[in-house]
Amino acid sequence: MDMTAGPSLAETPRAAALEIVGIRKDFETFSALRDIHLRVNAGEMLCFLGPSGCGKTTLLRIIAGLETQTAGQILQNGKDVSWLPPDRRDYGIVFQSYALFPNLSIADNVGYGLVNSRARKAEIKARVDELLTLVGLPTSGAKYPSQLSGGQQQRVALARALATRPGLLLLDEPLSALDAIERIRLRGEIRRLQKQVGITTIMVTHDQEEALSMADRIVVMNHGVIEQVGTPMDIYERPATPFVADFVGKVNVLRAMALGQQRFKVGDLELQCDACDAAFAPGDAVNLYLRPEDRMAENLREDTANRMNVLVSKVEFLGGLCIAEVTADALHGQTLGLHFSLNQLHDLDIREGHTIEIALRANRIRAFAAPSASAARAHA
Amino acid sequence: MNTLAHAPTLTPRAAFRRPGMRWSRDELIARAVLLAVMAMLFVFLVAPLASILAHAVQDKEGRFVGLTHFITYFQTPSLLRAAWNSVWVSAAVVAISVPTAFVFAYALTRSCMPVWLKATFRLIALIPLLAPSLLSAISFVQWFGNQGALKFLLGGMSIYGAPGIILAEVYNTFPHALMILVTALSLADGRLYEAATALRTRPLRQFMTITLPSCKYGLISASTVVFTYVVSDFGAPKVIGGNFNVLSVDVFKQVVGQHNFSIGAVVGMLLLLPSVISFAIDWVVRRKLKAQLTARSVPYRPKPRKLADALLLLFCVGVCGLLLATIGMAIYTSLITLWPYDLSPTLKHYHFVLLESDMAAAYFNSLEVAAITAVAGSFIVFVGAYLIEKTRNLGLMRRTMHMMAVLSMAVPGLVLGLGYVMFFNHPANPLGFLYQTMAILVISMVVHYYTSSHLTAVTALKQIDNEFEAVSASLKVPFIKTFFRVTVPVCLPAILDIGRYFFVVSMASLSCAIFLYTPDTILASVAIMHMDDAGDIGPAAALASLIVVTSTVVCIVYSLLTRVLLSRTQAWRQLGRG
Repeated sequence: MDMTAGPSLAETPRAAALEIVGIRKDFETFSALRDIHLRVNAGEMLCFLGPSGCGKTTLLRIIAGLETQTAGQILQNGKDVSWLPPDRRDYGIVFQSYALFPNLSIADNVGYGLVNSRARKAEIKARVDELLTLVGLPTSGAKYPSQLSGGQQQRVALARALATRPGLLLLDEPLSALDAIERIRLRGEIRRLQKQVGITTIMVTHDQEEALSMADRIVVMNHGVIEQVGTPMDIYERPATPFVADFVGKVNVLRAMALGQQRFKVGDLELQCDACDAAFAPGDAVNLYLRPEDRMAENLREDTANRMNVLVSKVEFLGGLCIAEVTADALHGQTLGLHFSLNQLHDLDIREGHTIEIALRANRIRAFAAPSASAARAHA
Repeated sequence: MNTLAHAPTLTPRAAFRRPGMRWSRDELIARAVLLAVMAMLFVFLVAPLASILAHAVQDKEGRFVGLTHFITYFQTPSLLRAAWNSVWVSAAVVAISVPTAFVFAYALTRSCMPVWLKATFRLIALIPLLAPSLLSAISFVQWFGNQGALKFLLGGMSIYGAPGIILAEVYNTFPHALMILVTALSLADGRLYEAATALRTRPLRQFMTITLPSCKYGLISASTVVFTYVVSDFGAPKVIGGNFNVLSVDVFKQVVGQHNFSIGAVVGMLLLLPSVISFAIDWVVRRKLKAQLTARSVPYRPKPRKLADALLLLFCVGVCGLLLATIGMAIYTSLITLWPYDLSPTLKHYHFVLLESDMAAAYFNSLEVAAITAVAGSFIVFVGAYLIEKTRNLGLMRRTMHMMAVLSMAVPGLVLGLGYVMFFNHPANPLGFLYQTMAILVISMVVHYYTSSHLTAVTALKQIDNEFEAVSASLKVPFIKTFFRVTVPVCLPAILDIGRYFFVVSMASLSCAIFLYTPDTILASVAIMHMDDAGDIGPAAALASLIVVTSTVVCIVYSLLTRVLLSRTQAWRQLGRG
């Protein structure tokens, strides 16, 4: 299977491992996907991230050939696979439900696809052992799936998907059925495996933390369209749309008016925003997006931009990291939720009813045009 | 060339081809097999029904006569009375059978009787399922007939007619209603009762506001099932109905007695009507039943209530006593010389049935039909259910198949048999060679009992992971291999259940076969009817008892075999629990 991937990559070194061209999927009453274009690079781990119903799973199933697209093409290593049935495509797949065959032993599950390729028994056994070692279950071959924990079962599913050395690995919410601790452990392990094997991987998830911690690149989707494609850092620090800013991480939204030259009026205050991509005409209504941690509260100087005195109206204790809700008359009643470590709460004497001085980081504030009333309704 | 320039990533072929998934060999095979199953249901279920409809609006020469036959029918008071009789007798059976079964089911699920007692009561209550519907009628004739042991209890009233039919059908329908109500009553959410008790609700109010409403759908479902059963049953009214006409006996008389296929077809259509209506109600209700319990419900655990438990125990003992008295009388009759004149015990009836007459052939025919139906039926049903559950992109095929699979339950066996006579007996039918063979008896059994088996298979298939086929495809393993290596072993308990069900019901079935048998392919249930007609009560009872014994033995052997088989092949299940 590697043989087909090797030469074609050599001939066209810039060919994507997978190219999605204008994919559309219409159901009877709605469009699940609209005009999706995407290139997946060889060896990368790509995450489809979005709320339920955004079309991410549909897109994955179209790539797998389990759903039929209404229009558009899927090219794998430059070869058109758009209308091939699943068994004529080249991928391994892992589902949320594990989908392990309950009546077969772990070894038989892992070797399920190998038996068919007419490999010799000894070879199959060697490959199964190799894979079980790879996923950290070298001694579980004789057991049955029901004897393993959820995380272990998902590892077996992973080994089974990798057994035939496919060119592409598809993971459909692989961690969603697991409990919190196992989820985090397996997260790191899948990523390690993926790098070790070097397999191009697409993972679907609705968990932003999972996407941020595992992916080389994230594809944020909403209502059947791609909102943004970028590295986890890109997505978090430079969200391209209000939806991305809102969906990934926590964010404060301030109503404001553009004054031109990256300055904005919020209530009575004027804020400087160095990171605005879009140019706004003076007078445009905008929303400013600010993450809770993008505030300074120590070592403020005369020339620090966006300084203000705020009243702490509420402190929510969450452990090591807490949220202080602050407000100011100058903000005209708008509030901000800001992150402070527990130590900062003590050091800076941040308590309900106290007034503190903070500054909002000018290079972190993102400005987006305020949605018109009708657009806001559609969004809701 | 231009396309290439505009969209460099589009290959020209793909750009011009109409979108459509290429089918793999696997998908072609799946569709071909599914089409074969659908063709079977079409030819052996839909076409015969259509044939009845055609006969109902044609004259003897095959000319279209519109509703003439229907008008004739409705202008004949004696025929019309049969329809009314069918309706009120069925309603009466519902009124007795369903409440009795409800209390019985309540005792089994909500009382604190010992578990072994509950299991025993349950087993006794299910006995009527093993016997042909004729058996209870014969038994009630023995108890209350002209020379009945308890005739004096009737005070001059005759058992022949409505009273006899009602008694026999209550016996026959009791287990059907019981199974549905036990299911409905076991679906209780214990938290509701705890909440009610915390609010200091009295037991009676708890029963009225929690228990009864939660069984509403079960009660409706049980009522429709009982109603349909009685309307379409043929055995009991034939034996104990006397001159009391009902629809099912009328069809038989019109077709077999008078060769009046047109009026027979009209009565057949009428017989179909209540079944279809009650079936539709049941279908709607069953869907709601499913959604009732959430994953968070906690099973109800009954608490001891001395007086209520004692009363329920008494009730169960009483009902079981009556059920045993019914089957017991039939067995007793088969073991004595001649009721009521010579009560000396004898095996001569069995001797006669098995060795001296040609009834042995009937018994072995029944065995053969039941065995073949069990094997072929469970295979066809499971494959059909698998294909519609697990094949992608079936669209219309799935819906059509499901509709046909479910339609069979709405068609009384008598109507199906009548349809076969009209359809396969037609000189132009190329499948006419099937007529008067064992094969058509087997096929009619498979089709007639298709729905329950289909639903059992679908339920089992829904419980296994939906992505097995997707995983196999991604591993390039043909789905047929996964079917035999994974799906069948995992669903083996359900498949074995389906096989046993097919065996037991076809062993006792009468209405399906009554139009289809020949002297060579006569079945035991038909033979019982003939012997009863001829007044040979002893041999009739003997043959009926033989059917009960056979089915019982098969059930026992089956459960032992199943246990051995499962312990060998299902090691993974036991391990999972431990």
